[in-house]
Amino acid sequence: MIKMTGIKKVYNTGKVAFEALRGLDIEVKSNEYIAIVGPSGSGKSTLMNLMGCLDTPSSGEYLLDDKRVDTLTSNQLAEIRNQQVGFVFQAFNLLPYATAYENVELPLLFAAMRAKERKRRVVELLNRVGLGDKLSNKPTEMSGGEMQRTAIARALANNPKLILADEPTGNLDTKSGGEIIKIFDELHANGHTVIVITHDKNIAEHCQRIVKLKDGMIENGNGFPLSR
Amino acid sequence: MRPSIIYNVFMRDFRKQRKRMLLTLMAIFWGTLSIMLLLAFGEGLKNQFYASTAGMGEGIVIVWGGQTSIPYKGFGKGRRIHLFEDDIAYLRKTVPAIKQIAGEYIRWGAEINYKDKFLSERINGVFPEYREMRNMIPQMGGRMINYLDIDRKRRVAFLGDKVKERLFGQEEAIGKIIYIRSIPFKVIGIMKHKTQGSSYQGRDEDVIVIPASTFVAIFGDPYLDNIVYQPESPEMAKTVENRVLAMMGTRYKFRADDKSALGFWDVIESQRITRNVLTGIEVFLGIIGALTLLIACVGVANIMYVSIKERTREIGVKMAIGARKSYIVFQFLLEALGITFLGGFFGMSTTYILTESFRKLPIESDIFSIMGKPIVSMDIGLIVVLILGVMGLLSGFFPAMKAASVNPVDALRYE
Repeated sequence: MIKMTGIKKVYNTGKVAFEALRGLDIEVKSNEYIAIVGPSGSGKSTLMNLMGCLDTPSSGEYLLDDKRVDTLTSNQLAEIRNQQVGFVFQAFNLLPYATAYENVELPLLFAAMRAKERKRRVVELLNRVGLGDKLSNKPTEMSGGEMQRTAIARALANNPKLILADEPTGNLDTKSGGEIIKIFDELHANGHTVIVITHDKNIAEHCQRIVKLKDGMIENGNGFPLSR
Repeated sequence: MRPSIIYNVFMRDFRKQRKRMLLTLMAIFWGTLSIMLLLAFGEGLKNQFYASTAGMGEGIVIVWGGQTSIPYKGFGKGRRIHLFEDDIAYLRKTVPAIKQIAGEYIRWGAEINYKDKFLSERINGVFPEYREMRNMIPQMGGRMINYLDIDRKRRVAFLGDKVKERLFGQEEAIGKIIYIRSIPFKVIGIMKHKTQGSSYQGRDEDVIVIPASTFVAIFGDPYLDNIVYQPESPEMAKTVENRVLAMMGTRYKFRADDKSALGFWDVIESQRITRNVLTGIEVFLGIIGALTLLIACVGVANIMYVSIKERTREIGVKMAIGARKSYIVFQFLLEALGITFLGGFFGMSTTYILTESFRKLPIESDIFSIMGKPIVSMDIGLIVVLILGVMGLLSGFFPAMKAASVNPVDALRYE
């Protein structure tokens, strides 16, 4: 599903060039359940951003579903983000003044889905994460766990194959965090490829494989399944 | 890229930005109101001036006799030139570019009497062409002098509307007998009221008009006070003027270029100059209004920049979900245009309501006869809509481009 070779990402903030990723190689097969761990500044978020086509590598090759994506235009990348990738963020990143329904609807709007179909899909998704009764609630009227579940529903809107989660339980209590982990497990069981950045041992234990990042490189071998 | 997407997203965001949008809306409303009112007043002013100069007559030239200043054919200079009635036919024959021509006798302060009213009024002895040339239009139920009156030297009188009021008050005047110098005259018509800003002998509303032949019979004037003619077209005015001077010069033996032998007042030229001045004033007012609106639009752009900065994170999220750059640009452009047109719409409607109520006010003071009443014409409306559109686009465009240039990764990190 994902094949990255020689990926480098350099940030030029002012006069200093910072190499976040330094020639990293990684392979992820379809329907894998992966945890990415490592100290701060090791490049975890950068790697996830690249995987999700939110950003492009400074050099190197990225094959998503056997297609080169590092050379695509920004519109094509936007399409990928809409159709093939679902993001879940630590800070939820919901639109604060829109209802749960409207938040989940957003990716469908960008996909130009018809109104009737949108409605059906949104209701289905929110029911799936157990928020069927919270359709018209705004984020300010929801708990952390509910917000993250809404975010997950949004990420699933166009049924992407790849789910990317950056510290999804970082802002949640243990109980809510547990609910989220359960949902990810379900997603994996349903055939999605799930990649999670986490500090949480609980999540890491649910994953099939753990990739350790340090200083912009993978520490524990290059792209082959390892035993824990 | 579907418009429905943009519309939907716009409506969601609007909820959040309500107060801010309302404030910006007010600024645009005020700016639009300013420019429209100023233009409306300018237009009213222009129309009024035009109407009042037209009150005297459309495209006419007034001629009066002067003095020669150049010795010619044995005659010295300083010789008085008079206009005679048969000069009218002469000029009609020798100057083909004249469309209509007539003349008038003027007497100030003749004794007029009706019942117990004794007044001293101005009398003109004229020809029927004056109806059109000098806009002496009769009210319903009456008529102006005609050629039968001239031929038969009839004792009929056509009254200006103000002098009619002085003699008859509110009483019906047509058919009644008035006495001019103790001679009975029948009133055949009253002049329709007109605004007359310029004149060369006082306003027509104050004059009593009788047939030229009758005038001569009563007062015995040997020569005309004025000849009035209309050139075939305004462009020909100068040529016609020169030819009239030349032809009269031949007849009365003065040099064709002796400019002081005859006096000409080219009303057309005056009207043109006045109209240009007034258009200039209107443009000036318009510019002031446009500047006011511009300030409001700077306000819109400002607000949009701030708004975009605040919504950076939001933009990043949308991009992460798959929004294209063009969606973001169009969303903000739409917001800017929406505010501009909504505020503009309210401004324009209010202006329209204000000017229309103003026009309906039954105030007839002198100020309005000069200044006119403001009017919102189609042209003004179109111009303002255009200006609003352009300004809306500009004030939204640059902020929108900035919004779209946001890097989603940075945006998501933005606090």
